[in-house]
Amino acid sequence: MGFAHAVGSTRHTFADLKTLLARATPLRSGDQLAGLAAASAAERVAAQCALADLPLRHFLTETVVPYEADEVTRLIVDRHDRRAFAPIAHLTVGGLRDWLLAEADTASLAALRPGLTPEMVAAVSKLCRLQDLIAVAAKCQVTTRFRNTLGLPGTLSTRLQPNDPVDDPRGVAAAILDGLLLGAGDAVIGVNPATDSVDATCRLLDLLDGVIQRYEIPTQSCVLAHVTTSLLAMRRGAPLDLVFQSIGGTEATNTSFGVSLALLREAQQAALALKRGENVMYFETGQGSALSAAAHHGVDQQTLEARAYAVAREFQPLLVNSVVGFIGPEYLYDGKQITRAGLEDHFCGKLLGLPMGVDVCYTNHAEADQDDMDALMTLLGVAGVTYIMGVPGADDVMLAYQSTSFHDGLYLRAALGKRPAPEFESWLDRMGLDAASRAGVLPLAPRLAGLA
Amino acid sequence: MTAPPARWLDLRRHTTARVALGRVGNGLPTAAHLAFQQAHAGARDAVWSALNLEQLAADCAPLGLPVHQVASQAADRRQYLLRPDLGRRLRQADRQRLARSPTPGAFLLVVADGLCAAGVQAGAPALLAELVPLLRAQRMAPGPIVLAEQARVALGDEIGEAMQAAMVAVLIGERPGLSATDSIGIYLTWGPRPGRSDAERNCISNIRPAGLSPRAAAAKLAWLMRAAEGLGATGVALKDAAPMGLLP
Repeated sequence: MGFAHAVGSTRHTFADLKTLLARATPLRSGDQLAGLAAASAAERVAAQCALADLPLRHFLTETVVPYEADEVTRLIVDRHDRRAFAPIAHLTVGGLRDWLLAEADTASLAALRPGLTPEMVAAVSKLCRLQDLIAVAAKCQVTTRFRNTLGLPGTLSTRLQPNDPVDDPRGVAAAILDGLLLGAGDAVIGVNPATDSVDATCRLLDLLDGVIQRYEIPTQSCVLAHVTTSLLAMRRGAPLDLVFQSIGGTEATNTSFGVSLALLREAQQAALALKRGENVMYFETGQGSALSAAAHHGVDQQTLEARAYAVAREFQPLLVNSVVGFIGPEYLYDGKQITRAGLEDHFCGKLLGLPMGVDVCYTNHAEADQDDMDALMTLLGVAGVTYIMGVPGADDVMLAYQSTSFHDGLYLRAALGKRPAPEFESWLDRMGLDAASRAGVLPLAPRLAGLA
Repeated sequence: MTAPPARWLDLRRHTTARVALGRVGNGLPTAAHLAFQQAHAGARDAVWSALNLEQLAADCAPLGLPVHQVASQAADRRQYLLRPDLGRRLRQADRQRLARSPTPGAFLLVVADGLCAAGVQAGAPALLAELVPLLRAQRMAPGPIVLAEQARVALGDEIGEAMQAAMVAVLIGERPGLSATDSIGIYLTWGPRPGRSDAERNCISNIRPAGLSPRAAAAKLAWLMRAAEGLGATGVALKDAAPMGLLP
């Protein structure tokens, strides 16, 4: 079945749901690279009009990636809860946008989650302006727990990202102490290892666990190695809090990442068996990964990103974040495209029930700079983002990109009246870290972190 | 007894990361802010720099190898950034020109701008000046040299196919970071032809004055080229055969 809408004297037609979604997507370079973007502004708005008139029930009858060919589609279809869907079953996509803005509240949005599919959420996001994406996301509350509580109203957390180009334990430790001094790390202290090996991962896990125990920090650690590496580390008895994995919105994308739903399930069970905490998974996503892996099935990158959130929510993660500006200008060209994508990802993730953070970031070949990052992090803060990253001086010396800094986290909390996770905030107060950083001293004995 | 509080600044001894920057309110002190802006400006200018092909050809002349100049189908830097696929394809006229002077079995050396023309302009002549004599001394005849504009790594596949080369080494500018804006990478591909995957290549990266020296990089590449010739392949199979410490 096709779709059509006339703008002026021109009738625009769209062969199927995935084409309609792609043409309705606000301009971004990745959809142009894939040959899926609307050819004109008129075609784009025609697609948005046709999409606005589409009944939400239609999403239960037409998939964008075939059920038989894709385990992510099967997960989405098989997990859909028609009872939860009932309150919005009579609406169109445009009607859902109006309902989200006018009627929905925190409780009704929480109840709705199992009734929403990623494609419905992606569709409505395509009809939203930035302020709509912010206003609706701000109504969502998603709370998760490990050693502290994340996502409580009025809080804003940060991941402390102490990456080192060669996994030098002293470099990692110095960045951790720097971040703690500046109030970072309540979401997680999470290192991207330079080398994805079991030995390197176990060494880093021991270091992070040692720091958390010696300073008695109410937070959790993660080494962002491949899930198979984490499984081996757990078998060796490493002190692993969270299992990390990059995921995407199609089975073929996940295959390119070397994972499947079954493997993720195995890892989650292994981590739960350690009895260290209740939400034990940490996922990263990002628009464009499916196209990059030649696994997009002709679906636009933002819809596929929302489908990745269906994968994530299956495993009750502690944290999810979109690494929105990392992928490069062929997917998100400039600050404008990165900004919109970051807010879309946060909106879709929150509506689907995820503890959604965003890596507000850019590479040096994108048309973006620190001003774009300041704007996006501030917009996300207003939208109630669960956490952002914290990198020394915003400069990740291992991954060679720019993210948000420890200072940025302090700025954002102060500008919006937000606080860290309560357990972590008490610890910061007890240690006197805020006053110490203003005085230029380090009250955390460095030798406890392995620094003489 | 409690030790006196350590100085925040002391953290800098342990890392090249931007730690212990201080704080003014919640912001960065002016000096730290401007140091970041300066590093980013350098990286941005490096991304948008262009090759001076005449100068590069003149720098290569003492090596005594034929030098060709080609361009990809990406018309300019903006299109190069937006359309990686076009940066992997030769302009048709250039392909035809190369095909008219085939060098069957050659070990081609492609010098490509990649994401940092300035780094290649500055560093490639010294790298070639180490590499070419070394290959000759080891009885591997290198060349010709092909200078390529708006080029991705895979452009070497089409260049190599057009010239019927046995293998191609692409010396290419790496994406500038805040700490390095002059880094060259080398990608070696046996049996170049369009469609080769990255798993079929071997890579040497971070070649720059403050990183891997041109001499050390040339030695690694010479070893790889000799081994690829013996194996009739590059990529994962070759990496597994390399002695410890030879490859990054």
